[in-house]
Amino acid sequence: MRVMHWGMVDYAEALARQKELVRAVAGGASGVLVLCEHPAVITLGRKAAMSNILISGQDLQRRGISLVAVDRGGDVTLHAPGQLVAYPVMDLKTMGRDIRMCLQKMEQASVDFLLDFDIVARGQEAPEQGGPSYRGVWVGSRKIASMGIGISRWVTYHGIGLNISTDMGLFDLIRPCGLDVQMTSVKRLTGRVLPMREAAERFAEHFIRICDDKDRSSGAG
Amino acid sequence: MTRIVLPELGEGILKAEIVHWHFQEGQGVTPDDDVVELVTDKAVFNVPAPSCGRIRKIYYGEGQEAPVGAVLADLD
Repeated sequence: MRVMHWGMVDYAEALARQKELVRAVAGGASGVLVLCEHPAVITLGRKAAMSNILISGQDLQRRGISLVAVDRGGDVTLHAPGQLVAYPVMDLKTMGRDIRMCLQKMEQASVDFLLDFDIVARGQEAPEQGGPSYRGVWVGSRKIASMGIGISRWVTYHGIGLNISTDMGLFDLIRPCGLDVQMTSVKRLTGRVLPMREAAERFAEHFIRICDDKDRSSGAG
Repeated sequence: MTRIVLPELGEGILKAEIVHWHFQEGQGVTPDDDVVELVTDKAVFNVPAPSCGRIRKIYYGEGQEAPVGAVLADLD
């Protein structure tokens, strides 16, 4: 699996670039783990309710925050500087077409990453059918990472957003994942300001180890 | 006749909701065309066409839930 560090990148541009990678991976190229950050943006998954956005369109515009409806699972989420975003573009046919396993790998990589900073986190199982989704990564009762994926031709895109030093006040603008939940971050829990590149490289190490991918290489994209 | 079936999606995922049919009855598809978009708890996924053909019958409309293993559509 190749690792690509995209740095700070506009959400829409990152999505377009992911879809190019999806086409390549569907055509037989190696899987890619993309790591990046986005300027502040609120995204709506296919299950999203507009009532989970707690700020008017005008106020969003005034604050320079985009609102984007996207083809991923999950409800409302927010990306912003200080959040590590990981997009695994992987061929699920090599993983038994197991969507749940793909989600678990992202959760486990996040849990292992956080343990490096003495943060004990846990993934959360899927809800009862029809119930609210608590899936994601939690530290106690607070959520530190949210995820949702899309799959085309059995290749994954979208992924997980893990709060490193995100401005927590931004989450007051939404009900994250449709839940009345408080979000947290590595900075809030430890006081440590972790450089994003270091966070990205550590996350990649954990994710690749979990995927146990033999085709490992690294490069900037 | 070929069938488009909602495949196994992993342990514990028993059903999915139809979000959108990219093709309608009567339209032709080719292998690997994404034919229908579905959503589970945290994943949106597309089921590709298993072979060339024309969609003869769609069994689940947009907004309906289908169980794993269900025939979603027939191809001629």
